Amino acid sequence: MVNYLATVVVTLKQVVNDPQGLTVRSGLRQLGFEEVDEVRVGKHIEVRLSAENEKAARARVSEMCRKLLANHVIEDVRFQVEQQDAQVGASR
Amino acid sequence: MKFGVVVFPGTWSDRDCGQVIEQVLGAEVRFLWHKDRDLQGCDCVILPGGFSYGDHLRCGALARFSPVMESVVTFAEHGGLVWGICNGFQVLCETGLLPGALIRNDVCEFRCEPVHLFVERADLIYTANLDRGAVLEVPISHGEGNYFADAATLSQIEQNGQVVFRYCQPDGLVVPAANPNGSLHNIAGIVNEAGNVLGMMPHPERCAEAELGGEDGLKLFNSVLDSMREVLVAS
Amino acid sequence: MTAVSKKKLREVALSEEEYKRVVELLDRQPNDVELGMIGVLWSEHCSYKTSRPLLRRLPSSGSRVLQGPGENAGAIDVGEGWAAVFKIESHNHPSAIEPYQGAATGVGGILRDVAAMGARPVAVLDSLRFGPLPESRRLFDGVVSGIGGYGNCVGVPTVGGEVYFEPAYAGNPIVNAMCLGLVPAARLRKARAEGVGNLLLLAGADTGRDGIHGASFASLELDDSSEERRPAVQVGNPFLEKCLIEALQELAESTAVIGIQDLGAAGLTSAVAEAASKAGSGALVDVAEVPRREQGMSPYEVMLSESQERMLLIVKRGRQAEVQKVLERWDLHSAVIGMVTGDGHLDVVEGREQVARLPVDVLTSLCPTRTLEAKPPDHSRYRLDLTEIREEPADPPATLLRLLAHPNLCSRRPILRQYDHMVGNATVVRPGGDAAMIRINGTQLGIAMTTDGSGRYCELDPYLGAQIAIAEAARNIAATGARPVAITDCLNFGSPDKPDVYWQLEETISGMANACRALDLPIVSGNVSLYNDTDGRSIYPTPVIGMVGVIDDYSKRLEAGFKEDGDFVLLVGVTANDLGGSHYLEVEHGVFAGRPPEVDLLQERAVLEFILATAAAGLLRSAHDVAEGGMLVALAECCLLSEKGMRGPPLSTGGDLRFDALLFGETQGRFVVSLPSRSMPEIQNLARKHRIEIQMLGMTGGDQLEFEGQFKVSLEEMKRAHQGGLG
Repeated sequence: MVNYLATVVVTLKQVVNDPQGLTVRSGLRQLGFEEVDEVRVGKHIEVRLSAENEKAARARVSEMCRKLLANHVIEDVRFQVEQQDAQVGASR
Repeated sequence: MKFGVVVFPGTWSDRDCGQVIEQVLGAEVRFLWHKDRDLQGCDCVILPGGFSYGDHLRCGALARFSPVMESVVTFAEHGGLVWGICNGFQVLCETGLLPGALIRNDVCEFRCEPVHLFVERADLIYTANLDRGAVLEVPISHGEGNYFADAATLSQIEQNGQVVFRYCQPDGLVVPAANPNGSLHNIAGIVNEAGNVLGMMPHPERCAEAELGGEDGLKLFNSVLDSMREVLVAS
Repeated sequence: MTAVSKKKLREVALSEEEYKRVVELLDRQPNDVELGMIGVLWSEHCSYKTSRPLLRRLPSSGSRVLQGPGENAGAIDVGEGWAAVFKIESHNHPSAIEPYQGAATGVGGILRDVAAMGARPVAVLDSLRFGPLPESRRLFDGVVSGIGGYGNCVGVPTVGGEVYFEPAYAGNPIVNAMCLGLVPAARLRKARAEGVGNLLLLAGADTGRDGIHGASFASLELDDSSEERRPAVQVGNPFLEKCLIEALQELAESTAVIGIQDLGAAGLTSAVAEAASKAGSGALVDVAEVPRREQGMSPYEVMLSESQERMLLIVKRGRQAEVQKVLERWDLHSAVIGMVTGDGHLDVVEGREQVARLPVDVLTSLCPTRTLEAKPPDHSRYRLDLTEIREEPADPPATLLRLLAHPNLCSRRPILRQYDHMVGNATVVRPGGDAAMIRINGTQLGIAMTTDGSGRYCELDPYLGAQIAIAEAARNIAATGARPVAITDCLNFGSPDKPDVYWQLEETISGMANACRALDLPIVSGNVSLYNDTDGRSIYPTPVIGMVGVIDDYSKRLEAGFKEDGDFVLLVGVTANDLGGSHYLEVEHGVFAGRPPEVDLLQERAVLEFILATAAAGLLRSAHDVAEGGMLVALAECCLLSEKGMRGPPLSTGGDLRFDALLFGETQGRFVVSLPSRSMPEIQNLARKHRIEIQMLGMTGGDQLEFEGQFKVSLEEMKRAHQGGLG
């Protein structure tokens, strides 16, 4: 088994109003960042997992996204999977 | 007639629902622990308000996977009465028993205040004692009660007449100014096509006694009680 | 004396004298872990070394008192076998640095204090002070959403509070949170580590490095380096706390649990030392058994961590499994981390290795107290000569509207609607009036609660200001028809090392003690927050009074707003030329000066008894305390709460009463009440009996506040001014 780190990014779908994003945008503009056109606020989720290979890891993470990590009625999800150095974080 | 009130970790309206059912309505209540699958023969299962599992990840996202919800889904699919209030509505949407989702209030703040509800459907077990067009005053208490569904789903819901309550002015006018959270079409509560699964953001259990500021919420509990009595007697 | 550097002493916030005392008491040098433990328990925050000698002046006993100061919270008997458990606490310093989490964990801490007494927390109140808006917007918004965020998630209603904006609090806000819980009196728990061999069970969150030295941090002034020294501000987990509270409720009747102690400032060190000290026992803690969130933590860090949402249970040996089973049901971690011993020492070990061994009383009762130099501040800048100020406001309706829009007096709705104030189905008087009230379900008992501070008055005269805070709180309670019965207090002050601040502290406590005795109000719990200074400037001396009242039958409760059209409106009490420190002087003349209103405590008591008698007899429809902004502001509030106007004949001033003082003066001991005309004869009788002056002001109804031919302002204008005040 190989250790992988999946980085999952969940954002609200473009058609969904994002009041947090709008608030951050107006905050940035008030601070003088007038060039800001749009801000979307999302979630960043790190999942450490082990799998046979990268393909298998991707399949599992994809299933996690579908079942729990994102709500497809309102959210879009994308993720990256990278191999981790073996045995990092082994404790005790 | 027996009500079941589901208790997830982080649920807090369970006690309020129980108090109303037992002390005001005079009906029987069972608390259904999230780790159990047995619905104990309840005729109506309430998913109450609160922050189930801390509302971590998304409101209602984790509650959906608890053992009790497997039984609730089966119960609903067989026509059982499932009533989601506030967090319970969020759970029902996450579960897919109701369409759409509840996202953060457009004001980006928690809102606890009385709102007015325009009753669109009076033919449901939950609203049998009401008239269509009646206006109820019921409090809300949520940070994420902004109802969203994509355009196709929304038009479907409207065509099917699944909207039960809309936020309105005291005079019954459904206008943007009466919308406390940005919900599409001022939607405060919807029902599934079959009419047995109701989800609503406002808290009827908080206005079942004049002492607490109103009795409009009791009308919903009484509707269920009266309708179910008829059903139970008939069967 | 050798071997300890100044740097190290600074780190643990001990003076050289205190260090010498430690060595004397131990008869040896403490090791590093011991020094850290002593440093944090001898900090002002934990030891009250400066305030303790003064606090002894405050009365703490009374016929209703079940638990006075010294436990996690105080408790009073409210009747029918019920105890109300309550306490107020400050979280000023953490909130200054991270407003949301600072305020949230403040609420979390006070909820645990109440839960540790075996009670179910049923109400939260706050008391807040910030610098002026809009500069303080970020702090203000963060604190309000933090309080709401925690309380809402836990499902305990936030039923009341207060907020003021003054330049003196810029940079050092005040964030006080009060919690009240209910428990059958027979099931009150105490934080006692009793019974040698019984086990110490640590429950709740795992332990991380958060907040190490938070207690000593809270005892230092804030300056630019505070950002760096920031003791990893704790992040609250209200979900975990909710589960912890429910689990403790399930254990309420368990005889396997001997005692419960919340982990707050100074973490395990304080919790274990306190519990052992109160039982006169000792304790052994094995830090290796403490469940951790982070790797590589030293024993020192484990003992001083201030990770939130943890509770120490003292459990009967052999019965830990039944307690842990309940905790597991709520998915809570717990671990036996030690045991009660009998030798009066706190032993800390890591596996087989001894890490620290200190006499419990060195950590607790033997902390030396300090008596400091007191000197009244120079008050020449607050001198006020009323004869230099014209007696007639230029445009009274415009002045009223400006007062209603003042951030200190305007509508609190933008705050209150962010707090769930209804969960629990018990809130029978909602926030926004005088005191809030909850009922005890299954009885007719009502519990009224309020928080009242008086920083402005105390700045001008701390002795009078302290009396006013108590008198006003008592009036707020009585305005609901409930009898004021007990107090929890939070004393927020600057650095007591400054003689004028120490003088303020002394004067305030004397004023409080006096008012408490006169009104028969024991103080059953409390908290002191000193060193509220920024860049050398101290906040106003700010005692905050959390008061609790009881009504036997809540169906007789009163609210502040008018109820019916055509009711008589009366002013209860006598008005004098009390303009010192008033909001009127500030708004109309740009002056903050003078001497606060006198408090005639005998008169105050008589007025309270009169209001309670009339309320109990069912004579009144509404009652509202006359406070900041004076009589017209009070009347406007009665109108706004009910959306009803009132109308009366022109007001006249008798004797040497000034017209501005009649309209806007802040004389104490007054209420405005409304009543049906049929109540009048009986009211007049009772007024004579209690020797209270009452004055007819007019009649409710219409959509204006009007005194014919003299003063007129519409409800609509008042509403607009009142609602917009917080921007």
